[in-house]
Amino acid sequence: MASAEARPVLELSGIGKEFGAIRALHDVDMHVLPGEVVGLMGDNGAGKSTLVKIIAGNFRPSHGEIRFAGSAVHFNRPIDARAVGIEVVYQDLALADNLTAAANVFLGRELKRKFGPLALLDHKAMAARALELFGELRSETRPDDLVKQMSGGQRQAVAIARTRLSNARLVMMDEPTAAISVRQVEQVLGLIHRLKEQGVAVMLISHRMPDVFAVCDRVIVMRRGEKRADKPIHETSPEEVTALITGAKEAA
Amino acid sequence: MAMPMESPISFTNIGKIRWWQRGIFASQTGYVLLALAVLLVIMHFASPYFFTEGNMQNVAKNFSFIAIATLGVTFVIITGGIDLSVGSMMCFSAMITSMVMTELSTPGGLGASLFVHMAADGKTVLANVPGLILLVSILAGLGVALIGGLVNGFCIAVLGLSPFVTTLGMLSIVRGLGYVVSNGRGSFPGGPDADYFYALTSGDVLGVPAPFIYLVILALAMAVVLHHSAFGRHVFALGGNEKAAELTGIPVVRVKIEVYVICALAAGLQGIIISGWLGSAPANMATSYELNVIAAAVIGGANLAGGIGGPLGAIVGCVLLEVIRNGLVLAQVSSYWQQTLVGVIIILAVLVDRIRSRMI
Repeated sequence: MASAEARPVLELSGIGKEFGAIRALHDVDMHVLPGEVVGLMGDNGAGKSTLVKIIAGNFRPSHGEIRFAGSAVHFNRPIDARAVGIEVVYQDLALADNLTAAANVFLGRELKRKFGPLALLDHKAMAARALELFGELRSETRPDDLVKQMSGGQRQAVAIARTRLSNARLVMMDEPTAAISVRQVEQVLGLIHRLKEQGVAVMLISHRMPDVFAVCDRVIVMRRGEKRADKPIHETSPEEVTALITGAKEAA
Repeated sequence: MAMPMESPISFTNIGKIRWWQRGIFASQTGYVLLALAVLLVIMHFASPYFFTEGNMQNVAKNFSFIAIATLGVTFVIITGGIDLSVGSMMCFSAMITSMVMTELSTPGGLGASLFVHMAADGKTVLANVPGLILLVSILAGLGVALIGGLVNGFCIAVLGLSPFVTTLGMLSIVRGLGYVVSNGRGSFPGGPDADYFYALTSGDVLGVPAPFIYLVILALAMAVVLHHSAFGRHVFALGGNEKAAELTGIPVVRVKIEVYVICALAAGLQGIIISGWLGSAPANMATSYELNVIAAAVIGGANLAGGIGGPLGAIVGCVLLEVIRNGLVLAQVSSYWQQTLVGVIIILAVLVDRIRSRMI
């Protein structure tokens, strides 16, 4: 593991993005190591979402290069990013309420069994694998329950379990703790620890300072489309990060 | 990357959903089925004729005449769409089928020399290969339905038009085309294969009406597709959360086009069957049937907001409508009451579902 950890799983160099006359991102350099939890912070309009969307393959960068696990990558669609091992947990979780937890975990990647010329869904295998994933995430979630009957924490677990199907190497989580209860926040932070334990790199996009300081190894602060700070969490403080976000302090 | 689990998950504070709170028991389809059972019992006591073999055959035949199209429109409704063009599509498919059949069976007609020849007496027309004309003409009828479905799907999935407006336009386009090709007169199945046609559409096997047999086969196929294939899962996902479906890599455009094609084909097949029973395909055939079809789907539990529905519900809805119609006739109530009652039932079914989902 030690040799692998030395090499970043994701490296961005000189990433810039313009939408017409609007410069959303300018010359962003950053890297994420395997098993590292990086907090990405910034005010609305700071460029966090644009950055995430570039890494996830929703947009192409206007400038700069993305390297994933050492080699340069170009994503045209989100599926391309997923193919190399980048998974995103969207803010609204992208779950279909009318389907079961297992069905959501396997949505778009269903397991099938051949019956002659027909490929039918393998419900048993999907439920078993989903239960296994929920177990890894220590979430009390039944694979056969409908998502609409679930709590916010369970829904998070379903969305995160989805990223575990493909052995993702980088999971980006967009505001995973924004709309859930205190107990459920604990669960989600626990889920992030589980991912870290398994050597997965996590990028946590969040407004909630306590959550970032609870789980992250490093924090990156964006302001007006530029990276203003990139510090190990123990070398900074919530006060300093707040100052960087608001612009009271220019850079650190 | 699967790690050995330290301990199996314990469900300390998450109760198991009870059997009566899940699946069919918790669905609108479930209690509409119950209501139907109650209605059947009432009908049995209200009229001695209701449970006679003849009447049962009649009921089975009549609801089969809209149920196949209801299966098709249920696919569309599950994705959160709507198809208003089913009635017109029934008529147009039936019309094309009988026109092609007549044309191919008329010596001197377009392409007829390939299919028929004159008998020695100079009057009787004989088929070169029995059944071939029937096959070609049914394929032609389904072919125009396929094109209609593709156009619907293309406008909705690729161009992003609203399903309601697109299919409302298609309702008018297809009905208009029906009047154009037949000059407003409609058409009649004819030629040496017409007997096969009537046998396949309005005949019966051991007392079971043929349309009912097709319905059962198609409904079973639909159940398998919806619940045991990736396509079916994607249909439900599309109705549940279209954005999620897109983000998880489901080919949303393709699935949407496919459901509108399935719906149009089901309507086309339904129209062809109805024309066999009528003995003709008049230009005003199946006018406003789209409303009956959608009403049956909704009564059976398909949710117009998307994400919920199935073949059992579609059939239960059709049966309920037909039993009520049949019951009013047997009870010698004016048949004009039927429409009013159907409307009341639509609202009641949706209302009961609303109350139930608030209670849980």
